[in-house]
Amino acid sequence: MPELIRVEDVHKYYELGETRVHALRGVSVAIGGGEFVAIMGASGSGKSTFMNLLGCLDRPSSGRYLLEGTDVSQLDKKALAAIRNRKLGFVFQGFNLLSRTTALENVELPTLYAQVNKEERMRRAQEALRAVGLEDRMDHFPSQLSGGQQQRVAIARALVNRPSILLADEPTGNLDSRTSVEIMDVFQQLNDQGLTIVLVTHEPDISRFAKRTLLFRDGKIRRDEAVADRPRAAEALKAMPKVED
Amino acid sequence: MDLLSILRIAWRALARNKLRSGLTMLGVIIGVGEVIAMVGVGQGASQAVQEQIAAMGSNVVFVASGTVNRGGLRLGWGQTKSLLYDDMRAIVRECPAVRSAAPGATTTAQIVFGNDNWFTNVQGTEPQYFEIRDWTFAEGVPFTQVDVDAAANLAVIGNTVRQNLFGATDPVGQVIRIKDLLFRVVGVLNAKGQSAHMGQDQDDVIFVPITTLQKKLTGDTWLRFIVVSAVSRQASYAAQQEITALLRDRHRIRPGQDDDFMVRNLADIAQLADQSSRVMTLLLASIASVSLIVGGIGIMNIMLVSVTERTREIGIRMAVGATEEDVQRQFLIEAVVLSLMGGAAGILFGVGASLLITRLLGWAVLISPVAISVAALFSAAVGIFFGFYPARKAARLDPIEALRFE
Repeated sequence: MPELIRVEDVHKYYELGETRVHALRGVSVAIGGGEFVAIMGASGSGKSTFMNLLGCLDRPSSGRYLLEGTDVSQLDKKALAAIRNRKLGFVFQGFNLLSRTTALENVELPTLYAQVNKEERMRRAQEALRAVGLEDRMDHFPSQLSGGQQQRVAIARALVNRPSILLADEPTGNLDSRTSVEIMDVFQQLNDQGLTIVLVTHEPDISRFAKRTLLFRDGKIRRDEAVADRPRAAEALKAMPKVED
Repeated sequence: MDLLSILRIAWRALARNKLRSGLTMLGVIIGVGEVIAMVGVGQGASQAVQEQIAAMGSNVVFVASGTVNRGGLRLGWGQTKSLLYDDMRAIVRECPAVRSAAPGATTTAQIVFGNDNWFTNVQGTEPQYFEIRDWTFAEGVPFTQVDVDAAANLAVIGNTVRQNLFGATDPVGQVIRIKDLLFRVVGVLNAKGQSAHMGQDQDDVIFVPITTLQKKLTGDTWLRFIVVSAVSRQASYAAQQEITALLRDRHRIRPGQDDDFMVRNLADIAQLADQSSRVMTLLLASIASVSLIVGGIGIMNIMLVSVTERTREIGIRMAVGATEEDVQRQFLIEAVVLSLMGGAAGILFGVGASLLITRLLGWAVLISPVAISVAALFSAAVGIFFGFYPARKAARLDPIEALRFE
């Protein structure tokens, strides 16, 4: 299993006037290709800061972050934008789709910044939507889609540039429990195909679908363990009662 | 990101708030329209002045008697009694750049015809005056050189005098009274309108032979001015210099002493008039460009609102790989699209306004392609200038903050 992410003694602090607020106090972890990692922790534990660092949205105050062997902790903003575009895919709690823009165009968005021609953009966007099972909803606007469908569009958008890692920040936070499991099913299928996934959640039920959990507290990783007895989301769905309206 | 995609995104963002975009554009529309209409008015006026001056005869040189400086008391132009009939003859005889010349002396008088009377200028001259000034006759003929030699009591009247004294009566052959002397009207001049540089009514005048004026009306022997025709327009400067040299010599003015006469080239006067109308055009254009700037501020304002409203969108775009340049370009192009569309509509508005001014006010309005292209360029520049700050602000957003923005 090749090493994809290596984080070495990363600190992150913010200067708030006179005081220095520490968000991360020396985090070291390695994540290999094909892993499915769930990051747990209470709010303020540093897990969101850690995700922002992994997502190249922010830079560590000290320490190193190697992504596929390259140190990205000191790259400039432009280079970070290119990495976000090509190597990383983001899924957010609030879906973060552009309203009044169709599902297809939302998915197409990252390809606009990737110097891909029009036909290739369309082809990739359609392919990504098909991968999350939304091929018949391409021309729908986010307001015409359910929460679960919107999150699938967001996942398709994250996949469209064929990233090495999918980063998901509380992807099920706005969804009901059945839909949450459906989304986890999508993640498990993608992971089965070899995609590395790192997701943040505070729901232990959700973290169980991952292969490995990291527990954050006070800016440090307190526990790092493999998930025993990992359930399959697809199986769990069968056991769950269908919600009738 | 390719330009086409950026334009499509910009168009969509603007179309999303049609009323807002329209109102924002209105500022630019009015600004650009105003520039075009105002520059049109200015240039139209300038052209009208040029045409009037050309109508006066472009190769004309005026010689006027000069100022007096006696014991420190300086009087204005036309006060010396040094300009004589012989000077005129010498100018025609000795200056090669001069084709012909006509003398001029003036007085004012109450003119009586039947029960009507009218106070006007009486000018003494010779028949070639009308040729030199390119002044045509509506009726009748000018008096002749023979009439001048005989100091005959004949008169040529201007259009204003005709209207005030004769009304519907045909003036040619009628007898009028000037200072108790009887004059027969031989000709009526076509209207020439106001003079270009002074706004005087040039038609409010009666012409009589110079000899008649000097011997019977004023008793003077000196001339107030000489109108000279140069052999060509280019020669008018040479004529001016020749005349100056000749008159200095004839009047025995030593080097270093001031002239006791004044020589003016019509080309100079035309230039002066041109300058003043250019200043007017500039003034109008600068007033109009103030509204264009106000329109630009409107764009900046709405772009700032737009950046704030779309903070989350900016965050999303950054998260999926948009660089600062991408975001900045997007908002800048949006502002430029807004201002260019306003500029295009403003050109139509300005041309329409120009046509309306011509139609309603009868002013000559010149729609100049230069003003149109400058206005178009200027509106694009307004978009870039006033769009830059909001676009910069958008590009500088922190993606983490932007994504969290509600």
